[in-house]
Amino acid sequence: MPDHLLEVRNLSVRFHTAQGVVNAVNDVSWHVDRGETLAILGESGSGKSVSSSAIMNLIDCPPGEIHSGEIWFDGKDLLTLSEEERRALNGKRIAMIFQDPLSHLNPVYTVGWQIAETVTAHGRPGQMARDRALELVRRVGIPNPEAALKKYPHQFSGGQRQRLMIAMALALKPDILIADEPTTALDVTVQAEVLTLLEELQAETGMGLVLITHDLGVVAESADRVVVMEGGKIVETGTPHEIYHAAKHPYTRKLIAAAPGQGEMRVPDETAEPILSCRNMKKSYGAFDALKGASFDLMAAETLAVVGESGSGKSTLARLILRLEEASGGEALWKGQDLLQMSPREMGKVRRQIQMVFQDPTQSLNPRMSVHDIISEAWVIHRDVLEKRRWRDRVVELLEQVGLEASHAGRYPHQFSGGQRQRIAIARALALEPDLIICDEAVSALDVSIQAQVIELLGRLRDELGIAFMFIAHDLPVVRDFADRVLVMKSGDIVEQGPVRRIFEDPREGYTQRLLAAGLDPDPEVQRQRREARLKLTA
Amino acid sequence: MQRMIGKRAISSLISLFGLIVLVFFLSRLTGDPSALFLPVDASEEMRQNFRELHGLNDPVLVQFGHYLGDLVRGDFGDSLRKARPALDVVLEAFVWTLQLAVITMTLVTVAAIVVGSVAAFKVGTKFDRVASLLSLIGASAPDFWIAIVAIVLFSVNLGWVPTSGTGSVWHWILPIAVLFIRPFGLILQVVRGSMLTALGSPYVKTARAKGVKNRPIIFVHTLRNAMLPVITVIGDQAAALLNGAVVVETIFGFPGVGKLMIDSILQRDFNVILAAIMVTALAIFLMNLLIDLAYALLDPRIRT
Repeated sequence: MPDHLLEVRNLSVRFHTAQGVVNAVNDVSWHVDRGETLAILGESGSGKSVSSSAIMNLIDCPPGEIHSGEIWFDGKDLLTLSEEERRALNGKRIAMIFQDPLSHLNPVYTVGWQIAETVTAHGRPGQMARDRALELVRRVGIPNPEAALKKYPHQFSGGQRQRLMIAMALALKPDILIADEPTTALDVTVQAEVLTLLEELQAETGMGLVLITHDLGVVAESADRVVVMEGGKIVETGTPHEIYHAAKHPYTRKLIAAAPGQGEMRVPDETAEPILSCRNMKKSYGAFDALKGASFDLMAAETLAVVGESGSGKSTLARLILRLEEASGGEALWKGQDLLQMSPREMGKVRRQIQMVFQDPTQSLNPRMSVHDIISEAWVIHRDVLEKRRWRDRVVELLEQVGLEASHAGRYPHQFSGGQRQRIAIARALALEPDLIICDEAVSALDVSIQAQVIELLGRLRDELGIAFMFIAHDLPVVRDFADRVLVMKSGDIVEQGPVRRIFEDPREGYTQRLLAAGLDPDPEVQRQRREARLKLTA
Repeated sequence: MQRMIGKRAISSLISLFGLIVLVFFLSRLTGDPSALFLPVDASEEMRQNFRELHGLNDPVLVQFGHYLGDLVRGDFGDSLRKARPALDVVLEAFVWTLQLAVITMTLVTVAAIVVGSVAAFKVGTKFDRVASLLSLIGASAPDFWIAIVAIVLFSVNLGWVPTSGTGSVWHWILPIAVLFIRPFGLILQVVRGSMLTALGSPYVKTARAKGVKNRPIIFVHTLRNAMLPVITVIGDQAAALLNGAVVVETIFGFPGVGKLMIDSILQRDFNVILAAIMVTALAIFLMNLLIDLAYALLDPRIRT
């Protein structure tokens, strides 16, 4: 008889795929008790979500197979129960919330109905379910709760949707809540709010919380204990303090070393000349002002980071500079010429000097083109850059420059990992020897260790080739490591700009201060202080 | 919503006018009606009189002008063959076709959704494989062949149902059964595919994590999301039936609008052809509107 409320013992799960048997988790054991928060930390492919899917009976068998192990909950081994007995536990005693609340909420039913369904699915009467839904929506802090119940998921913001998801999971006061990357897709300030809400609710109900995450900051902020996973195995367990300050396993140490925001901050070169000067750039969509007049300079061979939360207008700014959309007003002087007034022919010439790298390389690389074709396509369009007989050699050169190999040229995007794909996207941008590369959240989708490598690559390209970067990001630690100067945006306005050290160590605007205070530090000690500062700011 | 309906109506009117122009002139290229309506040995004078009577001697553009003028007053002209208003002839036939289409499509929709949903939920099982095989056969079998084989088997050999015509409930069974097969096969495949996608979606995972039972997961959570592409195909298939199931109506001697159109073309009964086209076009316009309304009803994201 186990001593813990929920205990996973020696669990191994396999998946039978076309490529053979994949061991998703191998001999994994962990436990969690009432009132406790356990974090499962790992990068993509580490198997960190698999054991909780097994707890919730969400693994499709086949192709999945629970090969061995036990899952003890409240004195019973879940794996010996019938389907119906397990269904009756889901939502009632063990509940789960997910990463992307928009796709995890049913788009065609009202949120009130969906929250109430948790209650009715376990045989409670409808009126009771509706009352409980209202109470919960009010508790998780959705404005105007009565009206909110009648709305659909797409009518809420990302943070509100995650709050609604939490309300839905907690409807029957479960003993355990499993949260699978609950804040990954959210803005930093919203992330802090959602984590605080989870802690409050945990204190109220005494539930055990299993927090699955890739983010050391989330661990430092919320966890009592941590399980570090790599390649389907647990490599280390301990308190956040032990893990951060006295990691034993090399993988944990590597993960901590890769966490951004620890390096020296850069000092911008004061003598550099601006290559891009934007003055009062504006963009309106009907009555909505996406950009309300942005003015800034971007110097040659420097990194200008544009930070801000979703909807702040940072991507709009990039699209206007590239003329992917027409500005409603203002000017953007590129080496003295206004980009916004150029004819299509002139713009065509300038395009090779300004290149772009997007967030998701899986979508921005054509899956039916080989790496060679993807990179050399730029020379098909801009014919005077390189003669055709040199293409092959130059592709190899570029691949080596971004840390790939010559033999990769004949392969297709799906044969690469996410980090390698982003390197291909960078090689493609480099093919035209640009003066400026605009990176729109270019490292946001990558694992921490890969992120650090890609940032290092970009830094090297900046220093060796003298390329300037406009680096759009919501992740402040990455910006801290990479930027020369920072531009902080909020609701279409630039609220503050300055050298990176000034912004991070002496932020003058209230919004910048809140943004920095909301960021999570991987060091539990630093994070505790930051949390106190944050609570003071919000109080 | 009202603006959308208005816009649709205007664009439909424009395409309807284009269609009228096209059919009006093309049908007149098929030849002279007097060659069909008068005896082979009729004199040139008789032919001349016939053409004069029906306004066929005027230049084609003038005829078209007259036709449009009458149309504006709601006069679709008379049927040459039946010497009655063309619209009456068409509406009589259309009622038959409409009944046939409504009954068939109702049966098809219900059957395809139930079988398709269950097949998707039990993907890979024997039920799924049999359903997929039947739908493939249904979607690809030629209906004229099925119609003839069905008549031979059920009417001629077994004598269970009449071979053709209308009159009793028994007359309806074979035409409906034959018309059922192809749309059932097609829609079943779309339902199954669409349900498979929807069953794999994250919100189904959420529902399972909430402890929702299988039946509401299929018929409440998934089906409504999976219906959007299905409705499009249902619309296409229903439109095909409303146009008159020409082959099936002809084989079963069913007095619907498809058979009427074929007969009118063969007999150069121009006014009936045009009236039939306008009536079916209106019906299809209304049905597309219904489909759009159904979209909005099913998916709140389309409403805003």
